[in-house]
Amino acid sequence: MQPGLYHILFISTVLFFIGVFGFFTRRNLVTMLMSIELILNSVNLNFITFNKYVWPNKLDGLFFTIFVIAIAAAEAAVAIAIIINLYRTHQSIDVENAEEMKF
Amino acid sequence: MSGSTIIFYLLAALTLVSGLLSVITRIIFRAAIYLLFSLIGIAGIYFWLQYEFIAAVQIVVYVGGIVVLIIFSIFLTQQAGELLPKQKLGRQLFSALAAFCGLALVMLQLVQHTFTTTSNTPIEPTVANIGAQMLGIDQNGFALPFEIVSILLLAALIGCIVIALKSKLENNL
Repeated sequence: MQPGLYHILFISTVLFFIGVFGFFTRRNLVTMLMSIELILNSVNLNFITFNKYVWPNKLDGLFFTIFVIAIAAAEAAVAIAIIINLYRTHQSIDVENAEEMKF
Repeated sequence: MSGSTIIFYLLAALTLVSGLLSVITRIIFRAAIYLLFSLIGIAGIYFWLQYEFIAAVQIVVYVGGIVVLIIFSIFLTQQAGELLPKQKLGRQLFSALAAFCGLALVMLQLVQHTFTTTSNTPIEPTVANIGAQMLGIDQNGFALPFEIVSILLLAALIGCIVIALKSKLENNL
């Protein structure tokens, strides 16, 4: 059977919940960031798939993917700057050790 | 099974297996490398769908940019060869249960739903078409989001510099 819309949606769903699982279990900021990247990639895959199979006469899904990639790059850069700054002050990037702002 | 189908299933297996290994391995550097392979698998799926431009952007930005940034930050913040601490079993079980319930819910919806496709003539996702629509200012153009994203990138750039400089400025004062 030729793979189609449902196969790719299955991949992106599984990848999304792998990312969610990683985000729940990890306590290290860098690995949590990796989980977020997995989630964002599954969303991109979803957009591209819908664009290809459901609305092939438009390019809107492709543009959403381009903008998501740009915003993800900015987000990763800012997150890593914050993580490195946190490491300077705490000597650790574990979320359990950075709880001064916790109410 | 045709060659295209086999390639699709290989790419899917590469993406999912390395994605799963990336979230469960306890060696943080290996997690980054598995993430790299997962992102390459997704770029392969974009190639398989014949969206070459997005695949190229995926490789350049994610594989060449973000993963390298993550590996640098691992080198800067982590003692080499140290394992990540083991998580509590209860938390792991709860996370797996929550992820599995969400997966089951979404898959149930997905199986029950049928997508209707349009019969209009498809637009080829060539670089010329993408560029014309990206910078177009007519009804279908994306010029305004393009400008907003460029401002966002500038703000992120300045924000990164400010965050990274902070402790140095305090030392000088």
